[in-house]
Amino acid sequence: MSEIHSIVMPKLGLTMQEGLLADWIVAEGDEISAGQHILDIETSKIANSYESPFSGKLHRIVGEVGGTYPVGSLLGVIADAATPAAAVDSFVEEFLANFKPVEAGADAAPSPETATVDGQRMRYLRMGEGEADAVLLIHGFGSDHGTWILNHGALAEGRQVVAVDLPGHGGSTKDVGGTGVSALADRVVSLSKTLGPTRFHVVGHSLGAAVAAHVADKLGASAASLTLIAPVGISADVSADFLDGFLREQRSRKLRPYLEMLSADPSMISVEMVEDVLKAKRVDGAQAALTAIREANLPGGRQSVDIRDIIAAAAYPVQVILGDRDQILPSNGTADLPPSVKRTVIAGSGHVPYLEKANEVNALIQEML
Amino acid sequence: MASALQLSRDDLLKAYRDMRTIREFEDSIHDEFGLGGIPGFVHLYAGEEACAVGVCMSLTDRDAISSTHRGHGHCVAKGCDVEGMMKEIFGKRDGLCQGKGGSMHIADLSKGMLGANGITGAGGPIACGAALSAKLLKTGGVAVCFYGDGSSNQGAILESYNLSKIWNLPVVFVVEDNGYAEATASSWSIGGGSLVKRGGGFGLPAEEVDGHDFFAVYEAAAAMIERARSGQGPSLLHVKLARYYGHFEGDAQTYRAPGEVDKVKSERDSLDLFRQRVIETGLLNGGDLDAVDKEVEGTVVAAIAAAKASSLPTEADLLTNVYVSY
Amino acid sequence: MSKKSFRQAINEALRQEMERDPTVILMGEDISGGTGAPGEQDAWGGPMGVTKGLFTQFGESRVLDTHLAEISFIGAAAGAATTGLRPVAELMFNDFLGTCLDQVMNQAAKFRYMFGGKAQTPLVIRTMYGAGVRAAAQHSQSLYSMVTHIPGLKVVVPSNPYEAKGLLIQSIRDNDPVIFFEHKVLYDMEGEVPDEPYAIPFGQANVTREGDDVTIVAIGRMVNFANAAADALKRQGISCTVVDPRTTSPLDVETLIETVEETGRLVVVDEANPRCSMATDIISTVASRAFDALKTAPLAVTAPHTPVPFSPALEDLFIPSQMKIEEAVRAVMARESNRAAAE
Repeated sequence: MSEIHSIVMPKLGLTMQEGLLADWIVAEGDEISAGQHILDIETSKIANSYESPFSGKLHRIVGEVGGTYPVGSLLGVIADAATPAAAVDSFVEEFLANFKPVEAGADAAPSPETATVDGQRMRYLRMGEGEADAVLLIHGFGSDHGTWILNHGALAEGRQVVAVDLPGHGGSTKDVGGTGVSALADRVVSLSKTLGPTRFHVVGHSLGAAVAAHVADKLGASAASLTLIAPVGISADVSADFLDGFLREQRSRKLRPYLEMLSADPSMISVEMVEDVLKAKRVDGAQAALTAIREANLPGGRQSVDIRDIIAAAAYPVQVILGDRDQILPSNGTADLPPSVKRTVIAGSGHVPYLEKANEVNALIQEML
Repeated sequence: MASALQLSRDDLLKAYRDMRTIREFEDSIHDEFGLGGIPGFVHLYAGEEACAVGVCMSLTDRDAISSTHRGHGHCVAKGCDVEGMMKEIFGKRDGLCQGKGGSMHIADLSKGMLGANGITGAGGPIACGAALSAKLLKTGGVAVCFYGDGSSNQGAILESYNLSKIWNLPVVFVVEDNGYAEATASSWSIGGGSLVKRGGGFGLPAEEVDGHDFFAVYEAAAAMIERARSGQGPSLLHVKLARYYGHFEGDAQTYRAPGEVDKVKSERDSLDLFRQRVIETGLLNGGDLDAVDKEVEGTVVAAIAAAKASSLPTEADLLTNVYVSY
Repeated sequence: MSKKSFRQAINEALRQEMERDPTVILMGEDISGGTGAPGEQDAWGGPMGVTKGLFTQFGESRVLDTHLAEISFIGAAAGAATTGLRPVAELMFNDFLGTCLDQVMNQAAKFRYMFGGKAQTPLVIRTMYGAGVRAAAQHSQSLYSMVTHIPGLKVVVPSNPYEAKGLLIQSIRDNDPVIFFEHKVLYDMEGEVPDEPYAIPFGQANVTREGDDVTIVAIGRMVNFANAAADALKRQGISCTVVDPRTTSPLDVETLIETVEETGRLVVVDEANPRCSMATDIISTVASRAFDALKTAPLAVTAPHTPVPFSPALEDLFIPSQMKIEEAVRAVMARESNRAAAE
């Protein structure tokens, strides 16, 4: 008899204990293929579309729309179409009888660390251990290490994965000094030297991708690969509307529409995501630092950064991951890339494919590791 | 100890000019109030001039005073603009407080005048605060709290004696005892009878002084202010004086003894005593003083004319200056 | 970012602002503790330990123990604020406003207006409010509505450690007199609080839950009850917006109206007594400005019109609860369906 698969409440990020089943996209009895969007899950931190890991028939819906379930709870059952109802019943019965939700605090999330590099504070979050080449995750403009919520843990098997807060961002210094991407990269490189590992796969998003390109370039032989997600520096224009609104708005309801531009599906932007951005902007010096970084790299509606020469000359593998519905860097889709660069366009994704299509992006990064 | 007789000719002229200005100002307001041109409550300082001027002679703009409902004299003595004051009392837009304070709330913080105050005794804690600022910010400034015999029974004042003592604040409490808290005699309302002894109970050096005698007030206050300025802490000056008008304008003063005010006016008038003293000692001559009288009369007449001529606030002014930002 | 208690968040805000600005001073009864006594100095850090360690770090010219007489030290704080310092005075319990109200209401609040805009009074009065620790009628009231009534004052009622730090920093930097209300039951509440200084602007409500059915407006500690109620109600199929006004003066009327226009139903949760309160004020504001958006009459969940009782059996009944909030929300939902049924 073929296998019966459980669809369970996924753990989205490090601290998630329970989630809300916001919607079933498919109905009982539907044939499902692996990778198909079947559920919408919401936590206080993120709203996410959940893709089925399995192919088969959705025999049973267990989790009700509107219900809040602990991580690991049974939400549905997928199996071969021929599986008898009685077998599904006993599978469900057995699952429910044995299920124990993970207790709060049982697997405490790691805490960010700080280091003083070049005389300034840099904060970062380190996960995983092992001998394999480490990964550096570099967030985009206005974000911080927490943005890798759906990627950080998934990549940290047998290796260290370090997500940094760029100067001016998160818990790092607001005394930015050099505001250009090369100067920002200097700080990340200095930090990388304090971390232990000698080689790094460098992953960056948006403005952080331009920083990542400079980091890899400066690391030279210590760079193992470079993954650029919706990068700044390969096309000419940027949404000034987004940047202006992001910097200007101080209230969640006014800021939200701008953050919604990040994603192809605006409902992905949770209350807490908006609040986290506001919290970051409120920190003393943050607004000035962000404004200076924007002026240096993304003045008006223009990108004053070009990384194409760096990536063309790279001695390590380079890939670019783009969303086909990116409103922030609208010309990235038609950008000219050096032939050596692997290019993947993710359908139905906006400017943040690592959040919108985390599984796909994680798989693409894994290929480089 | 500072001696009033060592004051320069300019200082003496200034003292006389301020006292004369207060008298002229208050007498004129009395007349104008009778004509119906002044809104609200007005409490006149006439008769008490030697106190405000005698104390404030030892103060500069870095020093602060808190004042009372009977505050016009303190304002003049601390350097507030007379025309601005008059406009304020008339409720005009270009008054010292834009017509929002009135007679009982004239203030000019740039002169260290922290406000006349409609709440008796409230200035005690405020003066302590100003003294604390001076002490912690090391400005060298002192604070003087003017209050009445009525206020001397307020908890705010008694607490302020204690706070100023335990924090060793550069503050001088100047109680203007004009014999009446509104219509109640201070001889009846002050338990224990002596404000000097009361000060002593809090460890404040205290003395009583004739408040019609500018020179006596000046010397006693200067010593206390110097004491505060040099870090030796608070003290209390009990100034005995008389007000020439009622508690407020319109007070028939039937509670006073017949002829009480007239007797003070003829025997102990602060301006007369000053004139007598400076002429006797040859410090100033009658001509000097007459010239001041004339000058001051002109100033006050002009202030009243300007106050009458200036505009009232408009509806747009109603909502401004509630907050620095809201 | 790390987990800190409400108490630590306030202590950190005070410390960081004192480090930043030498004119910031603290004063209050036993905010150090032990002054003049034979034993330890900085013995208490206030009765709840909130200011502990600040005397040791900043010394006696920045952290001033006062005598036990509120008129004079609250008034002195007002006077000092108009003459160059930025005092943060601790009024141990908000119930003690009774002793010093003149200095708050007639002095600090009035200086600016009464003096034609010439005075600036950057004064903060931190004060403890609220029921829940069996402190009885004179140490348990919630009096923020009383001071909200007075123009010239700003009134802040933080709901958790993050809010407490950011709003207190804003209070200290603000150039107007601010009364900062700390719920005594919240001091041990923990939450994520950034290590860096940050300021939360006044008059900007925090929408802590977004929903379609009912807007719950809650003040101070009650925000946490309202959030819990909203989460429970969501599981029951009722989705609530929860609004934390953060400051009752200025009040973010725009967000109140906007959220009620989305849901059409309003429940206000206020630990204070019900008459002339924030609850009545918010309901009347919404009713007069957004009457057409209301599908049914708003409800208030408040304390009864009684003093705060001592006996635990009674005090527990006095304080609004998550269950009472849920009942009120279900009631406003039911009322409308009754009306629909009647039509």
